Amino acid sequence: MTVTEDRPAAEIGQARRRKEDQRLITGRTKWTDNLTLPGMLHLAMVRSPVAHGTITSIDVEEAKASPGVIAVITGRDIADEQGSLPCAWPITEDQLAPPHPSIAVDTVNFAGEIVACIVARTAAQAKDAVELVDVEYDDLPVVLDMAAAAEGGDLTHPDLGTNVSATWVFDSAEAGTGTNVEDAIQAGEIIIERTYRQQRLIPAFMEPRSIVVDPTGEQTTMWSATQIPHILKLMLALTCGISESKLRVIAPDVGGGFGGKLQVTPEEVITLVVSRRLGRPCKYTETRSESILAAHHGRDQIQHLTLSANRDGTVTGLKVELLADMGAYLGLVTPGVPILGAFMYNSIYKFPAYRFVCKNIFTNKAWTDAYRGAGRPEATFAIERIMDELAAEVGVDPMEIRERNWIKPEEFPFSTVAGMEYDTGNYEAATDKAKQLFGYDELRAEQQRRRESGDPVQLGIGVSTFTEMCGLAPSRVLGALSYAAGGWEHATVRMLPSGKVEVLTGTSPHGQGHETAWSQIVADRLGVPFDDVEVLHGDTQIAARGLDSYGSRSLVVGGMAVVAAADKVIEKAKPIAAHLLEADVDDLEFEAGKFGVRGTDASIGIGELAFAVFSAHNMPEGVEPSLDAEATYDPVNFSFPHGTHLCAVEVDTETGEAKIRDYTCVDDVGKVINPLIVEGQVHGGLVQGIAQALFEEALYDDSGTLVTGSFVDYLVPSAADMPHFTTDRTESPSTTNALGVKGVGEAGTIASTPAVVNAIVDALRHLGINDIEMPCTPHRVWSAIQSRSSGEETPAQSQNVADSGLPSHNVTVSEGPADGGDGADPNVGRADSTSTGSETNGGAA
Amino acid sequence: MTQISINVDGVNYSDDVEPRTLLVHYLREQVGKTGTVIGCDTSNCGSCTVHLDGQSVKSCSVFAVQADGHEVTTIEGLAVDGQLHPMQQAFHENHALQCGYCTPGMIMQSIDLLNENPSPSEEEVRDGLEGNLCRCTGYQNIVKAVLSQAEGARTPSEAQGAQS
Ligand code: FES
Ligand code: FES
Repeated sequence: MTVTEDRPAAEIGQARRRKEDQRLITGRTKWTDNLTLPGMLHLAMVRSPVAHGTITSIDVEEAKASPGVIAVITGRDIADEQGSLPCAWPITEDQLAPPHPSIAVDTVNFAGEIVACIVARTAAQAKDAVELVDVEYDDLPVVLDMAAAAEGGDLTHPDLGTNVSATWVFDSAEAGTGTNVEDAIQAGEIIIERTYRQQRLIPAFMEPRSIVVDPTGEQTTMWSATQIPHILKLMLALTCGISESKLRVIAPDVGGGFGGKLQVTPEEVITLVVSRRLGRPCKYTETRSESILAAHHGRDQIQHLTLSANRDGTVTGLKVELLADMGAYLGLVTPGVPILGAFMYNSIYKFPAYRFVCKNIFTNKAWTDAYRGAGRPEATFAIERIMDELAAEVGVDPMEIRERNWIKPEEFPFSTVAGMEYDTGNYEAATDKAKQLFGYDELRAEQQRRRESGDPVQLGIGVSTFTEMCGLAPSRVLGALSYAAGGWEHATVRMLPSGKVEVLTGTSPHGQGHETAWSQIVADRLGVPFDDVEVLHGDTQIAARGLDSYGSRSLVVGGMAVVAAADKVIEKAKPIAAHLLEADVDDLEFEAGKFGVRGTDASIGIGELAFAVFSAHNMPEGVEPSLDAEATYDPVNFSFPHGTHLCAVEVDTETGEAKIRDYTCVDDVGKVINPLIVEGQVHGGLVQGIAQALFEEALYDDSGTLVTGSFVDYLVPSAADMPHFTTDRTESPSTTNALGVKGVGEAGTIASTPAVVNAIVDALRHLGINDIEMPCTPHRVWSAIQSRSSGEETPAQSQNVADSGLPSHNVTVSEGPADGGDGADPNVGRADSTSTGSETNGGAA
Repeated sequence: MTQISINVDGVNYSDDVEPRTLLVHYLREQVGKTGTVIGCDTSNCGSCTVHLDGQSVKSCSVFAVQADGHEVTTIEGLAVDGQLHPMQQAFHENHALQCGYCTPGMIMQSIDLLNENPSPSEEEVRDGLEGNLCRCTGYQNIVKAVLSQAEGARTPSEAQGAQS
C-alpha cells in the first residue's frame, strides 16, 4: 500500500486547479438558502423606515391574520431571550455602547433596523405580511454628520450623553517607540496638513446572508452564510443564554464575505430564538436590498493628517487625528477597525515620531464593521496620498520621496515607530520590477509631452508602495489591544486506515480555496498524493475548534496549524515505524512519505503504517494505536506583505472621465503555496480597492434614508468597468512562520485605492488640483477642474463631509457617457453641484 | 394557480404556479434546481442567468408562466453524461471562480456570449458580461476563460500560465 507514486517533488508552489471547483461549476453547491427541512417555516423582517425614533405602537393583528402567517414577533415578545448583540472589542475601559437588541424594543436608531419578525409557511407569505404590520414612531433628531456629532449637539443615544464612544491614542513618545510628534512638527521645515475622507462602503458579497435553524435535535443546529461558525457558536450561546454544548453551527458553502460576514447578526439571533420558541425549523434569507441596508457597512472615516519633513523630503513626524463613524451600534469588532489602521500609517517608512488619536462616533446609520482590509486600507490611502503631496512640495518624483524614506532591505528586521516588528521585505526589488513591467519612465515622458501640448486628455501616474499587517494575530497582542479572544488556529490531521488523509481546519473558507491549498501543504508534509487529502471545515461538530477566516489569517495562522498537526502525525508514527522495522527511532528518517532506516533499504510508507495502526496487532509497548494529531498554533507575529502598485490613468479634462489605462503590481507575499490562488486574490482585491476610488459609496439623505439601497444605485463594478491587470511577485519569505508565507487576501484592496487616486491627482496637479474626494466620479473630477480654472476652492478641500457631492450613475469608466438617471438624486442642487451627473457625463463643459 | 409545462434540463415538468412566481423561484423551489441562485432583487447581478430556448435570460426577470411551453437549461443541465461543458472546464482551468456564487450565471452568460459572437475581443467579452456581477475574481480570469473558448483561441492548456 504505497501512497507516494505520482507525486511531484513538491506540491507547494504548484498552480493546482482547485478541488472545490467541481461542485461550484456544476451547480451542486450547498448554499444555506438551498436547504429545506421538513415543516420548515420562513421568516421575513419588518424594518424601520425611520432613522431615529421611539416606537409608540406596533399593531400586528392584520399581519397575524394574513394567509399562512404562524406568528408575528416583536422586540418586546423576545426581550428576555434575545440579549444584546455582542461587541468583542472594547478598545478602551471607558468605551460607551448602547444595548443592541436584535429586534428593537423601545427605539430605533437607524433606518433598516428590525422592529418585528413575521413567521409564515412560505417565504412569499411572510413577505406579504410585512406590509401589514403597522408601526408608529415618534421621531427623534437624526444624527448623520460624524464631524458635527463629535462636537456634541443632537445625540444618537441620549442615554450615553455623548456621541463619542471612545477615544484611543497611540503616541510614539509615550510608547517608547519614537520621539514626540509635536516637537517634530514644531521643528519641521515642511509641514503638510490634509484631510481625507473614507466614504462609507458596502461589502456586497454576492451571496445574500441566509440562516436555517433546526431546533428539533438534542443540539440546535444553525446553518449560516457566515465567515465565523466557531465564533458565532460561542457568541450565540453567550448572547441568548444557551449552553454552548447545545449548539452546532455549520457554514456550508459560503458565497463571499470580505468581512461582511464577520458578524453576529440580529437575523441569526432572531432565527435562533424564534425557531427554538416555535420548536420548528426556520429559514431567513435576506433580499439584496435588505443586505445593502442593514448588513454592516465599512470604512466611513475622516482622517486629518499633519506631516512634518525636512527640506530634502525626509519625514520627521506624522500626526493622525481620526474620526470613525460607528453608525448606530457597535458590532462584533466595530471599534477595533480604525485601531487596526493605527499601526499602519507609518507604512514602509522610517518615521521618527508618530501620534494617532481616534475618536469613534455614533450616528443614526447602519453600523460599520470589518470590510476587506479593515483599517489598513484607510491608513494606506492616507499615507500614500500625503507622500505624493510631500513629493510635490519638495519637487521630486513620488517614487523618489518614497525611496528617501523607506526601510532598506538590509535594515530588516525593523522595529517601527508604531511598535511593530517587520520581519522581512524588499521594497526596492518590488519597485524595480513593477517600474520595469509598467514602463514607468516611458509613461512619465508621455505625461510630460501631453502636459506640454495641452492635450485635453491628461495622463496621470499613481504610485502606491504599501505594506500591511495581517495574519490576525498573536494572542498576546490581541490581549494587549483589549480584544476578547485569542488569535490562534486549530487543525487536526487524521490518518485513515487506507492511507487517505482527512484534515480538519478551524479556518472557514468562503472562496479562498483552502481545500486545495491545505491539501498541497499536507501532501508535501506527509508525502501523500494531493488527491488523497480531504479538507473538512465549517462545521463546529466536525472541525470543533477554530477562530475562522478574516484578516488574511487563514494561511499564515490556519495553514501553520495544519503543518503543526501533520508534524505531530509524523512524530507519533516514528516509534511505531521503528517497532515494525525493528530499528532504533534515532536511525529513522522520514522522506517522501516513507520511514526508512538510515543506511539500509528497509522502509515503511505512512499509508502502510496507518493500516498497521488501525489493525493494532503489533504495536510497541505503551503506544496508543492512533496516528491522528491535532495542533493549536498561535502566531508569534503578524505578517507584513508588501508591494508596489502602479496605475496609469487618462483623465479627460473636458468630461472629467478617468479611465485606467494600465495597472501593474508586484506583490511580495512571501512564499506562495498556490500561485493561481494568490493571483486570484490579488485580482479580486484590486477591483474592490479600485471600486472605492472610482465608483462605490453608500449615501444617506438628510432624513437618514439610505439612497444607494440596491445594485441600481450602489455601483459594484462589472467586467466592463475594469482594466486588465499585470501582476507579478517578488518573494521575501517570512521568518516568523515555518512556511515563510504572508497573508494575501486583503493586499490588493489595501494597495489599489491610493494608486488610482494618486494617478488622477497626478494627471491634474499642474492645473492646481491636489485632491479629489472619493469616489472620483466624472462629476467630481470635472467640478475640481472647473473650480480650479475659475479660482474656487475644489470640493475636495472643503471639510464639510456631509457635503459629499454627487454620485455618478455612470458606471462605465472605460467608455463614454452612459445613462445618467440622476433625476431623483437628493444631492442635486448642492453647492458643489454645478450640474447633474448625467449632464456632466455627457460632457457639459 | 396556473398550470405550466416546462422542459428543464431535458426533463418535462407540469406544475401549478402562482401567476407572480418568478422563473428563478419556480426552478429553485418547485423543480429543485438550486444550482441557479439569486443575488439581487433588481435584476442587476446576473446570478440567476439560465437559457430559455437556448438564449440567456435573467430568470428573476421572467415569470414562470412566461416559460410555459419552453425549454430551460440551467447550470445543472450543461454537463452531458458527467462530461463537463467546455465552458465549465475553462472556468476551472483558468481559476475563474472563487466563492462560486456568480459562477452558474456567469457560465450561462459566457456560453450565450460566444453563441452570439464566436470570436470576441477582450473588450467584447467584458461588455458581454456587463450584466453579471462577481465580487471575488476581479473578472480577469473569467475573461480569460471565455477567450480560451473563442473560435481560434489557444487551447485551455496553453492558456494555463498562472502569471499574466
Ligand atoms: S437575481 Fe437575477 S439578476 Fe440578480
Ligand atoms: S466567484 Fe464569488 S462572486 Fe464570483
